[in-house]
Amino acid sequence: MSFDIDTDCRYLESHEWVRPDGDTARIGITDFAQDELGDVVFVELPSEGDDVTRDAEFGVVESIKAVSDLYAPVSGEVVAVNERLFDEPELVNDDPFGDGWMLEVAYEESDFDGLLTAKEYRDQTE
Amino acid sequence: MALQTPPLRAVHADRGAKFTEFGGWDMPVEFDGIQTEHAAVRNAAGLFDVSHMGEIEVSGPDATELMNRLTSNNVAALDAGEAQYAAITTGDGTMLDDTVVYLLPDGETYLFVPNAGGDDDIFDRWVAHRDRWDLDASVENATEEYAMFALQGPEAVSVADDLADEHLGGLSRFTATNATLAGAECLVARTGYTGEDGVELLLSQTDAESVWNDIADTGDGSVQPCGLGARDTLRIEAGFLLAGQDFHPETDPRTPFEAGIGFAVDLDTEFVGRDALADATDPDEQFTGFKLTERGVPRHGYDIVNTDNHVVGTVTSGTMSPTLGEPLGMGYLPIEYADPGTNLRVVVRGSQKDARVQQLPFYKP
Repeated sequence: MSFDIDTDCRYLESHEWVRPDGDTARIGITDFAQDELGDVVFVELPSEGDDVTRDAEFGVVESIKAVSDLYAPVSGEVVAVNERLFDEPELVNDDPFGDGWMLEVAYEESDFDGLLTAKEYRDQTE
Repeated sequence: MALQTPPLRAVHADRGAKFTEFGGWDMPVEFDGIQTEHAAVRNAAGLFDVSHMGEIEVSGPDATELMNRLTSNNVAALDAGEAQYAAITTGDGTMLDDTVVYLLPDGETYLFVPNAGGDDDIFDRWVAHRDRWDLDASVENATEEYAMFALQGPEAVSVADDLADEHLGGLSRFTATNATLAGAECLVARTGYTGEDGVELLLSQTDAESVWNDIADTGDGSVQPCGLGARDTLRIEAGFLLAGQDFHPETDPRTPFEAGIGFAVDLDTEFVGRDALADATDPDEQFTGFKLTERGVPRHGYDIVNTDNHVVGTVTSGTMSPTLGEPLGMGYLPIEYADPGTNLRVVVRGSQKDARVQQLPFYKP
């Protein structure tokens, strides 16, 4: 089975992606991760203005069968939260790299050092 | 420990199933998504492989007495082809397991279905008590001979009827008959554990693959293969117990009265645990359902607190209900907190979420 991977993103081994977009970057979980979880029913996220720290937990995603911690691929202040996920958590399954995004964070370019490239992440999941 | 594999593991893998360990078995947890499978059972029909359930057969002149002395219900009340729900209790009246006991259509052999992983211990218990009481009965653990499927949902009986040589539509709830279904000899029982109408099939493992495929591929794909994930969400909506989770002989011993299955106890029969249970018909704690009125998912092991912040219970089962779209949970609560409408809180990762007691079952078809 093959999973979507966005080549514009960098990745954590724990299946979070980050995609730069100007001064900010979006964070979410990968297609592989949503498939492993199954039907997502609940997402717990920080609020706007909170800080997240690289490799530290920033929230929780729950499917019917599992609870998983979410880890931040970069450090920075949360400038936007995808509040649609509170009522439509299934967006994480339907469109993990798109409408299923979780946070938008102000980040530093240097934060990307050491993150997996799309190719490295694909190698990990195969 | 090596996992036991169900006879159809490769067939399920071909259909894209994901697997999980359950009761020492490597079982399909989902095929096409838990919510999809759950909805299929509520609206049409779903097919579960429950071959991890045990099958123990008891026959001989003293079979009725042996069964009656080790299960909580009155086996002697069964006519050929009838089934009953029962608890298997210790001397102190707490449950080792819950089970369904069938008197097979031959009118002579009892077959009962202990939960996954428990069949060896239960078999040993039957043999030890038979020998201690000097009863003339044969006890056989047939778990590895049988495959067991559950076909559940409002259309399940008509699907089974179409595949059977005999007419199955007249089968009453909690009765069983021998039938040829999809070309194989099956015991067909109108039982299940989803809250829906349906049948369970017991058949030889030799026939399992062809019968599974014939049912799963019947009609226009109206039968959805389902895994244990949907089985769990369905039984929670129906308010049914899961052995090992909603009660556990060592970590959470509970009587049938605490667990809300007093209907499966006949105190007019003599069984192990009977005397203790005769004094325990009004328990201090009661298996109780609740829903969260805030966002979150109650899960096994989470604390339940009262409005004064005292822990009054623990969640034994919980899920986000696919049918109702609400977070539902169950657990044992002191009876003063068990009335529907009582306000409580559930501690979800350190934060308290409002909850309200609900009448079980949460959902009735």
